[in-house]
Amino acid sequence: MLTIKNLHASIEGTPILRGINLEVKAGEVHAIMGPNGSGKSTLASVLAGREEYEVTEGEVIFQGKDLLEMAPEDRAREGVFLAFQYPVEIPGVSSTNFLRTALNQVREYRGQEPLDAVKFLSLMKEKMKLVEIDQKLLSRSLNEGFSGGEKKRNEIFQMAMLEPTLSILDETDSGLDIDALRIVSNGVNQLKSDKNATIVVTHYQRLLDYIVPDYVHVLYKGRIVKSGTKELALELEEKGYDWIKEEVDSAAV
Amino acid sequence: MSKDNQILEEFTSKEYEHGWSVNYEADEAPIGLNEEIIRWISAKKEEPEWLLEWRLKAFRTWQTMEEPEWANIHYPKVDFQKLRYYSAPKQTKKPKSLNEVDPELLAIYERLGISLNEQKRLQGIAVDAVLDSVSVATTFKDTLGKLGIIFCSFSEAVKEHPELVKKYLGSVVPMTDNYYAALNSAVFSDGSFCYIPKGVRCPMELSTYFRINAANTGQFERTLIVAEDESYVSYLEGCTAPQRDENQLHAAVVEIYAAAHAEVKYSTVQNWFPGDKEGKGGIYNFVTKRGICAGDHSKISWTQVETGSAVTWKYPSCILKGDNSVGEFYSVAVTNNMQQADTGTKMIHIGKNTKSRIVSKGISAGKSQNSYRGQVHVMKRATNARNFSQCDSLLMGDRCGAHTFPYIDIQNPTAKVEHEATTSKIGEDQIFYCNQRGIDTEDAVALIVNGYAKEVLNQLPMEFAVEAQKLLALTLEGSVG
Repeated sequence: MLTIKNLHASIEGTPILRGINLEVKAGEVHAIMGPNGSGKSTLASVLAGREEYEVTEGEVIFQGKDLLEMAPEDRAREGVFLAFQYPVEIPGVSSTNFLRTALNQVREYRGQEPLDAVKFLSLMKEKMKLVEIDQKLLSRSLNEGFSGGEKKRNEIFQMAMLEPTLSILDETDSGLDIDALRIVSNGVNQLKSDKNATIVVTHYQRLLDYIVPDYVHVLYKGRIVKSGTKELALELEEKGYDWIKEEVDSAAV
Repeated sequence: MSKDNQILEEFTSKEYEHGWSVNYEADEAPIGLNEEIIRWISAKKEEPEWLLEWRLKAFRTWQTMEEPEWANIHYPKVDFQKLRYYSAPKQTKKPKSLNEVDPELLAIYERLGISLNEQKRLQGIAVDAVLDSVSVATTFKDTLGKLGIIFCSFSEAVKEHPELVKKYLGSVVPMTDNYYAALNSAVFSDGSFCYIPKGVRCPMELSTYFRINAANTGQFERTLIVAEDESYVSYLEGCTAPQRDENQLHAAVVEIYAAAHAEVKYSTVQNWFPGDKEGKGGIYNFVTKRGICAGDHSKISWTQVETGSAVTWKYPSCILKGDNSVGEFYSVAVTNNMQQADTGTKMIHIGKNTKSRIVSKGISAGKSQNSYRGQVHVMKRATNARNFSQCDSLLMGDRCGAHTFPYIDIQNPTAKVEHEATTSKIGEDQIFYCNQRGIDTEDAVALIVNGYAKEVLNQLPMEFAVEAQKLLALTLEGSVG
């Protein structure tokens, strides 16, 4: 589904990603872990098409298409979804209105009819249960005055509505208490199928107790320096990142 | 909201769409301005002597006045001798009903999306259509007549209801109030007149649609709304003009009189031709709008969505004379390319316990300049006056300007006046967030801007709100990215 080859990216001339290689297949969950500043969020942003980042080398193929050639909105319409670490507030625009605009543009791109108000609302009702989100929250301005947990739940709710092929969760666990974490993870797990894939970007192992990954990759200094199964995450939890840093840094010398 | 999106989509790909003009045979005054011309206009309209005298008095005062220069707008001076002050579509005789109106004129309005045919009209809106200098048609007259509501062209009101016109004309905006008001008083040709009798709640929206068609012609319309005790009316005003290289002048006067417990809601969606991207052409919009809450517990509410005109100079105001009266001003002013707007309001608190609320949302893009200018004046006897003002500016790009000029003058120590102001830029983060959900940048901007202006758009009657949303998107097309 997704093939990343030798991806290099920089921001304002400073290289952040220095040759990422990753293969994600349908039905898989990949966790990207790593210490602060290792490039985890940059990878998520580059995949989604954020403009500040300049791709200097490499390629990303998503379902046979060159992802890096596409405008951010077209990546979304092709099925790439990014759950933001810091969801943005848009005053005066309700979540409902926002999602309806988004969903209908995605549908139009895919040659589907727009959903009318009734169908849209019933779809919303159905998906709301997934993340135990309240209707009242959805009629409020998007993310404005939402708590940290409400924002993240709203992200997963949007994901449920848009039914992406590839979901990238960027530090979705940050700022969540244990109950919210459980609700959010439940939502993600229920959305999993053999047709879609998930990349979970996280600093802590905690989230992976709930969203169990098939593969765990450790990112350090802009490269994937270690890959393994969920046991690798447990090992990291126990020993921290220092041993990996040492391994990599000594090899480089 | 998919309907909105469809409309937005349709409109984001268009330029000023009302830029066409129609050739019809016109009855025109000679170019230039002098007492002869004023006599000519007055004679043409078969006006009574007192009105001619009133015009001449205004003209003589105007000649002694200076063009105001305090506003934050810059434009070449208007040569008032090069304009034409009267242009009317030629009709052999006055139409008695819509069936007698020249089909060509009705077609102009059809093209604007305003059907004057009563059967076809959407429920609940009566329209007075003004083309260049005269009112072409007024719909739903009979329905309104049964309630005692008078809604007709100004010229007709002068003939049919001279006592009312004489009593209220110039009572809110005196003929010598300011340079443009004086000019309007001298040469105004038509406009709308509306009278709501005591205790009547007008069952439909009353609407005037202004269009300038002829070249080199100034439009000087006059609107007078009188709401008697315990009455209510919601009034809408829309405007368009053809795309021309020269600047055209629009100098209107609107007067509103609200008696005790009366409520008047006045909404405008202004879409005069703004000029092209280089700032060539466009309408100079110098308008005086003022309402008086004459009676206790009366209320006047102005809502304006200003998207057009090359230059806008306009301050819809409220004189809160009656005790417990309320004045409101809700405004969205958008400027793009080379447009300039200096707009705001005045709230004059005279009565006790008077309240006013100002919500102004400026949006600037391109190389435009957008100024809010507002005055809150609390007079000596206005005990417990309250004002809340909120002035927000949204900037798009880094070549435009937003300016706020609030004036506050308090002469009563019990007054409570609050002023809040914010300036923000449309965030790349916001746009990227929308993009990431599949929304393209033009639509993202429309969504964000409409959200920003929502508090004001919510004040508009439903159909106008939809039109206003389309216009916002259209005006800002291509201003990001």
